[in-house]
Amino acid sequence: MIDEGLRSELQKQGVYTTTLEELYNWGRANSVWPLTFGLACCAIEMIAASMSRYDLARFGAEVFRPSPRQADLMIVAGTVTKKMAPLVVRLYNQMAEPKYVIAMGACAISGGPFKQGYNVLKGIDRYIPVDVAIPGCPPRPEALIHAIMTLQEKILNQKLTGPDRPRHLVKGAPSEFPVPAYGGHDLEPPSNPEIWQPPVMKR
Amino acid sequence: METSQNSYWVIVLLMVVAVAFALGPLAAAWAWARFFSPNKPGRDKNATYECGLESKGDAWISFRSEYYLYAIIFLVFDVETIFLLPFAVSFGGLPVGAFLAMMVFLLLLVEGLVWAWRKGVLTWK
Repeated sequence: MIDEGLRSELQKQGVYTTTLEELYNWGRANSVWPLTFGLACCAIEMIAASMSRYDLARFGAEVFRPSPRQADLMIVAGTVTKKMAPLVVRLYNQMAEPKYVIAMGACAISGGPFKQGYNVLKGIDRYIPVDVAIPGCPPRPEALIHAIMTLQEKILNQKLTGPDRPRHLVKGAPSEFPVPAYGGHDLEPPSNPEIWQPPVMKR
Repeated sequence: METSQNSYWVIVLLMVVAVAFALGPLAAAWAWARFFSPNKPGRDKNATYECGLESKGDAWISFRSEYYLYAIIFLVFDVETIFLLPFAVSFGGLPVGAFLAMMVFLLLLVEGLVWAWRKGVLTWK
């Protein structure tokens, strides 16, 4: 590894150095392909973000793919009903590694205004790992762009070796998460305990 | 003589480059998928459909053979129209032989219509 000070010294002289890791992450971060997948009104904002006024293409993320096998970013845009939750998880499972999830809007984060509803999932993070969450109801397209920039920052800072390396580089790490089934009153199981635990209240 | 023969090698070279241009990225993609990409197959990922729903039943379904009637009626009403239009346009300049041939053709199709009519296919049930 090259020393950070030497690196900036070299850069002043016009010599640029890089590492394989940085090149790999740079490529990954600037070619995030989202899945064409909207659940509710947040999807309208997502569409607006990809169109000419907000122009998501500036971040290399305009190629919305209609097939999960070609996408690597799932924007959970909208209310996840309990009927839709297994489908969301199954689509996530079908995406190729490395894959990321943005929970867009209050509904995808926690159920939002429908949190008390009997048929609304109280946050998609109960079943799939969420990388970036955007609050808002619905969030403006700028917020989605900010989320994608945040995700890019996250990808750029990922180490490819060591214990914090991305999941797809861990041998034996699962790429599929259990798909919930429709139960009598709720989804079975109501959450994936491996990635989500109910918050503990400290008294 | 010899130079004109040799000049065709440029086309061969162009073909080789074209094939390499087409196969090169495919080979690179194959090599990348084979050696570098994290290959993590699973039950959901290997599923045929990508709509999020699980597929039900068998894809090998049989169609009813009665649909041949629709094929015949389609031929009578649709294909006949296509042939009738140019026939009507050039009707004035046609020799007698062509006219008779067209009439035989029409007769064959109308025969099919009469057959279908008598079979009761045209009656709405």
